[in-house]
Amino acid sequence: MSNHLLSLLIWLPILGAVPVLLAGGQRPNAARWISLLVAVATFAASLALVHVYDPSTGTMQVGENLNWIASVGIHYSLAVDGISVALIALTSFTTILVIVGAWEVIAVRTHQYMAAMLVLEGLMVGVFCATDALLFYVFFEAMLIPMFIIIGIWGGPRRVYATLKFFIYTFFGSIFMLVGLIYLYSKAHTFDIATLAHLPLSMTEQSWLFFAFLLGFAIKVPMVPVHTWLPDAHVEAPTGGSVVLAAVMLKIGGYGFLRFSLPIVPDASEHFAPLVIVLSLIAVVYIGYVALAQEDMKKLVAYSSIAHMGFVTLGIFIAFMLVREHNNVQAAHLGMQGAMIQMISHGFISGAMFTCIGVLYDRMHTRQIKDYGGVINVMPWFGLFYVLFAMANSGLPGTSGFVGEFMVILAAFQANPWIALFAAFTLIIGAAYTLWMVKRVLWGEVTNHHVAEMKDINARETFVLAAFAAAVLLFGIWPQPLVHLMDASVGQLVQKLAYSKV
Amino acid sequence: MDLSLSVLITIALAPLVGALLAGLFGRVIGRVGSHCVTILGVGIACALSIHVLWQLVSGDAKNFNQDVYTWFQAGNLHVSVGFMVDRLTAMMMVVVTFVSLLVHVYTIGYMADDPGYQRFFSYISLFTFSMLMLVMSNNFMQLFFGWEAVGLVSYLLIGFWYKKPTAIYANLKAFVVNRVGDFGFLLGIAAVLYFLNTLDYATAFDSAGALTGRAITVVGGHAWPAATVIGVLLFIGAMGKSAQVPLHVWLPDSMEGPTPISALIHAATMVTAGIFMVARMSPLFEMSEGALSFILVIGATTALFTGLIGIVQNDIKRVIAYSTLSQLGYMTVALGVSAYSGAVFHLMTHAFFKALLFLGAGSVIIGMHHEQDMRYMGGLRKYMPVTWITMWIGSLALAGTPFFAGFYSKDAIIEAVGESHRWGAGYAYFCVMAGVFVTSLYSFRLLYMTFHGAERFTVVGHHGHGHAAHGHAAVVGGQSIHSDPGHDAHGHDAADEHKEDSHHTPGELEHAPSESPWVVTVPLILLAIPSLLIGFFTVGPMLYGGWFGKAIHVEEQNNVLGELARDFHGATAAALHGFIQLPFLLALAGFIVATVIYLFKPALADSIKRALHPIWRVLDKKYWVDEVYFAIFAKGGVKLGRAFWRGGDAAVIDGVLIDGSASLVERIASGGRRLQSGFLYHYAFAMILGLILLLGGYWLVGQG
Repeated sequence: MSNHLLSLLIWLPILGAVPVLLAGGQRPNAARWISLLVAVATFAASLALVHVYDPSTGTMQVGENLNWIASVGIHYSLAVDGISVALIALTSFTTILVIVGAWEVIAVRTHQYMAAMLVLEGLMVGVFCATDALLFYVFFEAMLIPMFIIIGIWGGPRRVYATLKFFIYTFFGSIFMLVGLIYLYSKAHTFDIATLAHLPLSMTEQSWLFFAFLLGFAIKVPMVPVHTWLPDAHVEAPTGGSVVLAAVMLKIGGYGFLRFSLPIVPDASEHFAPLVIVLSLIAVVYIGYVALAQEDMKKLVAYSSIAHMGFVTLGIFIAFMLVREHNNVQAAHLGMQGAMIQMISHGFISGAMFTCIGVLYDRMHTRQIKDYGGVINVMPWFGLFYVLFAMANSGLPGTSGFVGEFMVILAAFQANPWIALFAAFTLIIGAAYTLWMVKRVLWGEVTNHHVAEMKDINARETFVLAAFAAAVLLFGIWPQPLVHLMDASVGQLVQKLAYSKV
Repeated sequence: MDLSLSVLITIALAPLVGALLAGLFGRVIGRVGSHCVTILGVGIACALSIHVLWQLVSGDAKNFNQDVYTWFQAGNLHVSVGFMVDRLTAMMMVVVTFVSLLVHVYTIGYMADDPGYQRFFSYISLFTFSMLMLVMSNNFMQLFFGWEAVGLVSYLLIGFWYKKPTAIYANLKAFVVNRVGDFGFLLGIAAVLYFLNTLDYATAFDSAGALTGRAITVVGGHAWPAATVIGVLLFIGAMGKSAQVPLHVWLPDSMEGPTPISALIHAATMVTAGIFMVARMSPLFEMSEGALSFILVIGATTALFTGLIGIVQNDIKRVIAYSTLSQLGYMTVALGVSAYSGAVFHLMTHAFFKALLFLGAGSVIIGMHHEQDMRYMGGLRKYMPVTWITMWIGSLALAGTPFFAGFYSKDAIIEAVGESHRWGAGYAYFCVMAGVFVTSLYSFRLLYMTFHGAERFTVVGHHGHGHAAHGHAAVVGGQSIHSDPGHDAHGHDAADEHKEDSHHTPGELEHAPSESPWVVTVPLILLAIPSLLIGFFTVGPMLYGGWFGKAIHVEEQNNVLGELARDFHGATAAALHGFIQLPFLLALAGFIVATVIYLFKPALADSIKRALHPIWRVLDKKYWVDEVYFAIFAKGGVKLGRAFWRGGDAAVIDGVLIDGSASLVERIASGGRRLQSGFLYHYAFAMILGLILLLGGYWLVGQG
């Protein structure tokens, strides 16, 4: 069983989507329950994976390898390290909450929505455990399809513009990645990522490949200046789409840097690290200000996502600087670990924030901040969660939002205090834009009769928010289990940073 | 018997359990249940804290330093949650839990009719937990946790009456301004890790010597000493939390919160966290003259200039708030001259008498049916004798009257500054000396305006059946306790005439003022006792007897308190000597001026105000700091954000790059479409043209 665990995690939700579709539009309840069952089973499998995985070595484990297209040496090969395990668990956890969250909210074509979510889950898990570059690429691209459908069918009024922008943007980036992969294949005659990591490459080759990867992954993260698809996609996406997009899909960009840029083109990554670092800091400061000016809650949280993902790219590339220029492996480790924690934590927090906005939207059918005011008066339990997640979004210690940023800032200081200074600016601007939104939405007198008629969260919504809250608090108060799961793998990655190909 | 970990864990967690029970199950356990569980939790913490302090003082137990659990281990960096308890910590624990306990009891009376009763108890217990985590921490990470957690609770409590626009403005402002401080603080912690390779207190302090000679190049090749960078950055955190100029602006606004938390959080405990932190880090701060001079100048500026504002305030709580700013400045000055014990000693005495003054003000506010403007008070002494007497004790302590607690602590600070030769000490000496007069003036002005002189209110008798039913009637000055909190949305400051509630005529009361219930007065009495006595009994050991042991480290050449100790011959002698010293004479002058103006010739106040109108206006406008900050940071920030958004994201990236390339593709495509005209002669012409170009080019190249 355990040697096919990863396949199970990929195919269980994808195949599970079939009976959901078969349940048809006439029996939405059957579709709901089957998809919930599948999602819970997948989550259970991911917990089994956490259990099976041995975090002490940090190597690739639980592998599977089959010839897929033998003539060009493409393999269906899967394996995970601690980072993948954490991301897979995040994916399956989020999917359950998205399905429960959509329960009554998605009333049209319920079965198709649920099925799309399950397929998406399987494909995302596939991205996190593929060890063959082409297999990775297939999952990476295929994942766009269900998301395209989710936004395109259940999205808002400008969904066509948003889906096109989303699709062309990300597809544009990944084409370059594909070219890069084909070039690598032409040299190594394999798509095996581990083999590619040892392929000698000149600095010129590395530079071209670096930018090919950068385009692919930077758009996904997204990094400034290729981020403008995200606010539009979020605004038009249904709540569940936004949650998955923010909680999991963005992480695939960060994950891509780890799996491709870092081991395959280490020298170019070092060379261009300052560029990525500057872009990350722009994400924190510039996007922070942009978030402050937003009038649409979803846009605000979308921009806040970009700013927080800046810590992921910052943590990864600061590690290059620390290892290569300062010979400071310990700080590099801390920065890299911080980036990983930030990925997981941002999954919980952004997922929760978008769920909160969805809860409000379901009642008021508007996301404009000015339409709200004094919500706490009619929805006190909702207010509790909203404030908690807002604080987590502001990086309050005791919530998971603090841990990763803390690590990255501490590490950045060791590379250059100025980098830390700009990164730490998130403390001020993050609190300002998040809490100003809270002030305008939650506090104050009830501003209009629509707000006055709002009902507090029901049991289903409470369950979703409480699950996110539990994760945010657990890893804020005691991050060690999560750190431990990934630490040896992070250590291995950091060691590879020192390895030069030229 | 050594201190036990389980006792310390109980101290920290008991208030948290109370907070969770009251907060999450408040409706189930009800009002009485809520105040019982929280008071029980804090009571346990207080009793055990006293026990811990006793163990340490009696010499039974050694200092405690132990990790509780691993927060994370990333590579070789180990970060834990743990406790370090020595006399400094234990004293703070007792102050925090004792004041908190009294405030809990007081709240039963103060918040009696508030719909958010359970929530309030939950918050103040949560605060107590956070503050204990802060003071008991044995490492920088947990310190930062407590530091921000108290900030969170402060945010929740300032905005407790969430319908009040001024309250929810004030809490946002408080949080963000504190974050500016925390921004520096976090960088300071990063610097500690960078230079000392640890986040553990004991390890960091032991290796503080390693900072000597290390430097960091920050701007243009100019190297700054490591210790100065660490010291200044950490102190920026303290400037936020302890409201030092220029990050002081949030504290006066925090008065929008209910009065019990003004006493607990914004006077006695949270705002002193910065003072405590610097004292705790004394081994690091002692490494840098530069950082200490910075602290000294900031503290002195705060001590004098915020105190001056206190003179012109009419809202009883705001007078005390500015007084708190000023006293925090005194503590900071003490830190700046390396008199850490003096700062902590003043922190302790101040906690008692300032909590007393705030709770007394709260009692007045209850008695006056939510009136906070002292211009409509006067003559209250006959209605509220207990409040009156205890407020006098608190004010005498604050003014530094010999034998009172505040005398010993404040006098020591002034003398220590006089002894110091540090850069900035001359300026600081002037500020703290002048501050004595100012302190005395606003303190006695408050007493006279509130309790003495003629009554400036009238009792109009009540209509209907009691004020509780008239939310609107019970409002001015932004404070309301018995009424629906939604109705007191008008007061930012009772001095702002245009903001006054149209339903309420200032100075008209429905009932005569009356003394507050025992749950209010008993805490006042219990705070008045230490305000009177604690200085007398503890000054010897705490200031001059090395009571803190190794918890506070002072380099020999900086030891100004050591110099003073030679002239110290007991508390009685010190107090008697105090009567002929300059500070006492200045305080006396303040007392006389206040007595003349506010007791005997009230009309004089107005004529002085008119004569000195420009100065009065500068003080009344608080040097326009709020206005400037609001224009630059709040409005400017949002404007900048809009400019970035519309200019950067929308115009440049989407407009030019994304939609621009999309329309470019479209234009090329439509151009291409025109080529496919379908007319044969177009195609034939194109073929001929192509042939000519091709051949011509070939010929040209071939020639070359």
